[in-house]
Amino acid sequence: MSANNGRSHLPSALRRRLLLGMAALPAAALLPRPVFADIPPTSAVNTTGLAVTDDSVTIGILHSITGTMAISETGSVEAEKLAISQINAKGGVLGRQIKFIQEDGASDWPTFAEKARKLLVSDKVAAVMGCWTSASRKAVLPVFEQYKGILYYPTFYEGLEESHDVFYEGQEATQQIIAGLNWIADTKKAKTFYLLGSDYIWPRTSNKIARKHIEDHLHLEVVGEDYFPLGNTEFNSVINKIKLKKPDVIYAIIVGGSNVAFYKQLKAAGVDMVNKQTLLTISVTEDEIRGIGGENIVGAYAAMKYFQSIDTPTNRAFVDAFKKMWGPQSVIGDVTQAAYEGPWLWSLECEKAGSFDTEKVIAAAPGTVFNAPEGPVKVHENHHLWSKLRIGRARADGQYDIVYVTPEDIEPNPFPKGYQ
Amino acid sequence: MFGYSFGDLSAIFAMQAFDGLILFSVFILMSLGLAIIFGQMGVINMAHGEFMIMGAYVTYLCSNVFHHYLLGLYPIYFFVAMLLAFFAAGTAGMLAEWALIRHLYRRPLDTLLATWGLSLFLQQCYRSIFGAREVGVDLPNWMMGAVHAGDTIEIPINGLFVMGLTVVITIAVFVLLYRSSWGKKVRAVMQNRVMAGAIGINTEKVDRLTFGIGCGIAGIAGSAFTMIGSTNPSAGQLYIVNTFLIVVFGGAQSLIGTIASAFVISQAQSTAEFFLTGSMATVLVLLSVVGILMLRPQGLFVLKIRR
Repeated sequence: MSANNGRSHLPSALRRRLLLGMAALPAAALLPRPVFADIPPTSAVNTTGLAVTDDSVTIGILHSITGTMAISETGSVEAEKLAISQINAKGGVLGRQIKFIQEDGASDWPTFAEKARKLLVSDKVAAVMGCWTSASRKAVLPVFEQYKGILYYPTFYEGLEESHDVFYEGQEATQQIIAGLNWIADTKKAKTFYLLGSDYIWPRTSNKIARKHIEDHLHLEVVGEDYFPLGNTEFNSVINKIKLKKPDVIYAIIVGGSNVAFYKQLKAAGVDMVNKQTLLTISVTEDEIRGIGGENIVGAYAAMKYFQSIDTPTNRAFVDAFKKMWGPQSVIGDVTQAAYEGPWLWSLECEKAGSFDTEKVIAAAPGTVFNAPEGPVKVHENHHLWSKLRIGRARADGQYDIVYVTPEDIEPNPFPKGYQ
Repeated sequence: MFGYSFGDLSAIFAMQAFDGLILFSVFILMSLGLAIIFGQMGVINMAHGEFMIMGAYVTYLCSNVFHHYLLGLYPIYFFVAMLLAFFAAGTAGMLAEWALIRHLYRRPLDTLLATWGLSLFLQQCYRSIFGAREVGVDLPNWMMGAVHAGDTIEIPINGLFVMGLTVVITIAVFVLLYRSSWGKKVRAVMQNRVMAGAIGINTEKVDRLTFGIGCGIAGIAGSAFTMIGSTNPSAGQLYIVNTFLIVVFGGAQSLIGTIASAFVISQAQSTAEFFLTGSMATVLVLLSVVGILMLRPQGLFVLKIRR
């Protein structure tokens, strides 16, 4: 080997090193490269024909951006888009960037069902972040169950539902209504309640649960109950009734644009929520106050799991990111924050399942924990979230002062015994 | 009776009466503009609600401008806003009449479709300019709160304002229609368009001005409604059904009829709402209106004209 047969042969030491180096090359090619190993091939993560490619996955956004519910649902759309952009900035889900298709439910429940069908059947989205009112959710439920889609539903609602294909990011009745009523009966020594609501399933069912709790469990009195169609603008008669009955607490579940008329007329009628009349609502978030005007609702109490004024580093970062994306005048209500949780929970569940297939994602979901702005939330087996309840008092600037937080997370119980 | 004391009952009646009157004023404001357009010209204007909301948005803009630049004059901004709302909506109405409606006078069903399209167009304009969510209109301080007339009777100030405004506008409309030369021309055109044209009345100008004034009144109504309701692009749809109901129920060609029917419907609605729930009250009132219209299709008051 050390014989030098002319210029065409390299010196033996160099040749040895060269040969060793060349032998090493195939070995290097066999080393796992971090980039390739973390992106599972599409055939492995998508066996049901969803809209997934090697570098993208498509989900749907289905909310009302027109009509009487636009005041409430626009915030949810903004939050979901913020979550999607943050997840994409971190590398996406299973190595894929999230694309979204947005549809407008137009505050009309049949339109929600139609758009849901379009998203699941034509667009084949991997999941839908959508709906706000219980009526819209009930309208799309058969569509999701028929086409095996997943819906991430952000709003607090009346419970009594546990669909295999829906994840409920908002609180259900026992978490929101019962804990709220207990607090107000305790702190305000309330004896009489006047129940008010918009006329559809959520306020009616919620008031039914509230009445049962007030009468059978708290042994107090309900002195009146009234309902008004969504979009109604005349509340003077019921305000007169309330003034006559003089209830200790007005329990208001007015939804959407009607809130503006109700609180303006309440203030104009001289009802003083700061000093004399206690009002507890479960349907007015910072989003609605933007339309109502802080000075018209100052002093009212709201029972929510999230307020924009929560003072934790996670929430402050979230509020800053939201305002950076959507403008410094933005406000963030309970449902908006819950909608923000939707894409994050879905992405964590997909990573856990290693797949976008809806059945695998649903199976992997229970136990998933996400560090939300409200605090860490965990997915329960019944597809709801463990969360705390907070009571806030409305300020004139449109924000809430938090006056009470439940010490522990409340377990979700959509079918409470004794309330049906 | 119902577990209330006599003092309470009289307070109830007083407050309900006032609320009924306030609702009555609201209904009159809504329907006076449409009564002129539909009654006098036979044009079915489905965009009437949107002209009202135009007035509301003008008020919103005024409120912002005064808030930022003319804070000292803020207490009177509402009057300025109403005047501007009248002119804005009136001009828009005249424009709509010139561009769209005047081609369709002989085709009432087509005006229905065309004005429906106009309403959708206007809604989308508001959505694109102001956003799809509610805008909050701040009231000057003197308009908030209530007047205390006795211990339990409280009358909202903005309600009194709306009532006052309605009286002023109704009187203005009557003076205009029955005491001015323009009003005479309008009535002439309404009764017999061909003859009116033959004696030298410029029917086109009269129609345009009438449509403009009807829309202008709608603008003032919308401006007043920022006090009691919400302002968003589709809020016009909430008012249009009630407005047509009142105009048709009262007899399309009679302004007195419009006022009478506004009174009947508002009192019925507000009384029924007190004793039943809101939805049931609406059902009851609507069923009664349907029943009465079936018995008397021309409405409450009919103009006696020779045909």
